[in-house]
Amino acid sequence: MLLGNVHSIETFGTVDGPGIRYVIFLQGCPLRCQYCHNPDTWSTNTNKKMSVDEVLKQFYSKQTFYKTGGVTISGGEPLLQIDFVIAIFKKLKQDNIHTCIDTSGIMFKDDEIYKHKLNELLEVTDLVLLDIKHIDNDKHKLLTGFFNENILMFAKYLDEKNIDVYVRHVLIDKITYYKEYLDRLALFLSKLHNIKRIDILPYHSLGVIKYELLNIDYPLKDTKDTENEVAVNAYNYLINKINSNKNN
Amino acid sequence: MENYKDFIGGKWATSVNVRDFIQKNYTPYDGNDDFLQDASEATEILWKQVMDLTSEEIKAGGVLDMDTKIISTIDSHSAGYLNQELETIVGIQTDKPFKRALQPFGGIKMAENACASYGYKVDPEVVEIFTKYRKTHNQGVFDAYTPEMRLARKSAIVTGLPDAYGRGRIIGDYRRVALYGTDFLIADKKEQLLTTHSRMTADNIGLREELSMQIRALGKLAKLGEIYGLDIKRPANNAKEAIQWLYFGYLAAVKEQNGAAMSLGRTSTFIDIYIERDLKNNVITEKQAQEYIDHFVMKLRLIKFARTPEYNALFSGDPTWVTESIAGIGIDGRHLVTKTSFRFLHTLDTLGCAPEPNLTVLWSVRLPENFKKYCAKMSIKSSSIQYENDDLMRSSHGDDYAIACCVSSMRVGKEMQFFGARANLAKCLLYAINGGVDEKLKIQVGPHFRKVEGEYLDYDDVCEKFDDMMEWLAELYVNMLNIIHYMHDKHCYEEIQMALHDREVKRYFATGIAGLSVVADSLSAIKYAKVKVVRDEDGLVTDFIIEGDFPKYGNDIDEVDNIAADLVKQFMDKIKKHHTYRDGVPTTSILTITSNVVYGKKTGNTPDGRRTGEPFAPGANPMHKRDTNGALASLASVAKLPFKHAKDGISNTFSIIPGALGKADQVFMGDIDVDFGCSVDSACNIPNLSDEKEGE
Repeated sequence: MLLGNVHSIETFGTVDGPGIRYVIFLQGCPLRCQYCHNPDTWSTNTNKKMSVDEVLKQFYSKQTFYKTGGVTISGGEPLLQIDFVIAIFKKLKQDNIHTCIDTSGIMFKDDEIYKHKLNELLEVTDLVLLDIKHIDNDKHKLLTGFFNENILMFAKYLDEKNIDVYVRHVLIDKITYYKEYLDRLALFLSKLHNIKRIDILPYHSLGVIKYELLNIDYPLKDTKDTENEVAVNAYNYLINKINSNKNN
Repeated sequence: MENYKDFIGGKWATSVNVRDFIQKNYTPYDGNDDFLQDASEATEILWKQVMDLTSEEIKAGGVLDMDTKIISTIDSHSAGYLNQELETIVGIQTDKPFKRALQPFGGIKMAENACASYGYKVDPEVVEIFTKYRKTHNQGVFDAYTPEMRLARKSAIVTGLPDAYGRGRIIGDYRRVALYGTDFLIADKKEQLLTTHSRMTADNIGLREELSMQIRALGKLAKLGEIYGLDIKRPANNAKEAIQWLYFGYLAAVKEQNGAAMSLGRTSTFIDIYIERDLKNNVITEKQAQEYIDHFVMKLRLIKFARTPEYNALFSGDPTWVTESIAGIGIDGRHLVTKTSFRFLHTLDTLGCAPEPNLTVLWSVRLPENFKKYCAKMSIKSSSIQYENDDLMRSSHGDDYAIACCVSSMRVGKEMQFFGARANLAKCLLYAINGGVDEKLKIQVGPHFRKVEGEYLDYDDVCEKFDDMMEWLAELYVNMLNIIHYMHDKHCYEEIQMALHDREVKRYFATGIAGLSVVADSLSAIKYAKVKVVRDEDGLVTDFIIEGDFPKYGNDIDEVDNIAADLVKQFMDKIKKHHTYRDGVPTTSILTITSNVVYGKKTGNTPDGRRTGEPFAPGANPMHKRDTNGALASLASVAKLPFKHAKDGISNTFSIIPGALGKADQVFMGDIDVDFGCSVDSACNIPNLSDEKEGE
């Protein structure tokens, strides 16, 4: 039987996709984002193996609550376990449930075998929450340990496939919060046609406590939290920029 | 008759039948909140005055003034006002706003203590009367308590009992005053008195005495109207009068009783009929309609009682439980939402948010969408709305019931409740383990049953012993309540509230459970992990060591949730075995909201890992931090508790930070088909107020 490596389940998710959502957090992530607030989901060695039915049991017992929402698979990086995700979504699609993946896109590969697998997933996926951590390739490497080229390719691929996308971008002082980067992000996003929503998330340091518990050094010790108002302004700037790009 | 012009007639016109009046005449409203108007200038001035008085009261140490001489009765005081010119709805408990009344019928010691704690002294003559010549409820109870009962009270295995204060939880049908006027109601009661059974049994004599008291109380109610220059002997003529008449009914009740919960009933849709009529006839404007409701609600927010600081500290305030039940669905399928349902909730804007009156929405999946959205919006804004499951309660109570306190449902004017506080099941489990010895007092309180032996707890063995101990507790508990309610009826009878009931009243005999999640997790630990006992030098089990993990209540896991559900049924079955005073129908509730802290304080270490003194979870909530799968899993565990065995209600305290409701408010303003039970600020239970024992 196909088993997934599960971190935890949130039965009342309201920020990971539309409506009230059942959020499955899968264990394991290749990225090491400096601001990650869930470092406990990084490791691929910790184990809570569950079957598709086990993972969805609580969803079905409370299905009435999710009628305007659905199921989101997050992580960690859920696409590390793409077969498991496909199995879950196929099951849900039989019952016409709204499905959503929250991914960094880091797993994308521009080869036919991978795309074949990915297509199988996208057929049963309604929405992708795509994190663009940094628009600059080198800075992305510094921030996460990886370059962003395949992430941006993934975004374009989703556009080709006409899959709805919510883009998320964390606004971090002295890291992503520069006019230049917002402009470049706007330029990139204005070429896509499938973006349904953009969330600019103000950076917060709530994850620090987890680092302490895990005995990991917190890389952004000296970075201050981003104020909501700053994020709202950045959002407005970005949207205006995208619109003017599109009109030109 | 002028009073009933434009109303559709029916049974209500010739006999007391408020529900029939509502059903024939109300106008369901499906629209949104756009029609609502802001507070009037008068409202703002009056409310500022109230806020100023509130700051003064806080500065003065919690009480601004107290009556120490005049014993509060329906017509005991002359008229009092905030600002007579501006008030559209009048009447306060004493002759001055914020002056607390003297109400010694429940217990003179309690009244004296309440005064003493704020530097006041009850007039010696009053004290003499209530110690020498007039017996109080409290004295009566202690005359009859057995030594075992006193011990159980001391150890707090049963606690919060209304044996030293007014039991409350009775809702008079205050709407009757508006619809009929007191003359008609008195005539009706006289007819009831004339037609009682002719054989003079103790029950019948008691009933006749009570009916006579009710008739006198209605006379005093008319007098209360006169004191404020209003003739409430006749029915109300318009919206303003309807609200005023109704409020006088309620005011009479709080002048008479300092009950633990003095709830209002289900008035908004009733009042709406009068407002609609006045609006149609262009007698008033929307602005005025809102002003009436605002002034009415303002009066309800002014209700205050003289209580001891222990009582207040426990509740972070002095809750009055002026619960108003709003909306719900009628048995004919029409919803009961009217514009006045909106107007009541709108007071959270016009007057700002407040815990009182306790606005309670009787929630159904079938409520109109616009109203649901408005509720969600106001909840997010104010955190002041309580939700209850109408779909569940309608099946047993019909469509004209209301909530007393926070969850107790009763048909208005037809059903009442004997409030019964609760039994501490967590402590009962410890008694089962220790053979009836109290783990804190270290004395024999329960029966001397065989205690648990060996190093590890055995599930079957503990369950068997726990079952026996619950059997003992249930009997003792019911008998204590029998004494309490007998004495309350005898020495502190709710004359005006019962005058606003039918003659034949269904009485619920309420009991309650504290520590449900502690016991469920404890039994789960014993069953699914290994629990080792730690004994003190006398062989008393005082602590537990848990080896391994176990399923915890609050995560939607059947293994443990079923233990909790079974417990409720088991306890209820045991309660049902016993005789109840006045043929009360036994019910139970799971609803301690803040006094779970006190219960915890009085209970030793428990096998679930809870440390001695640590608070219990409120109501039917999972223990703090043990629900790890999110809100819905937590709620799903609570939802498995069988309502049919806990008909007095199950509450769940649900708090959430606004950000967790989604990125925009809209995210959550969809269908919320959830019964969240009590609101965050609510406090349901009554502690053991004092160790007042006048009987000794």
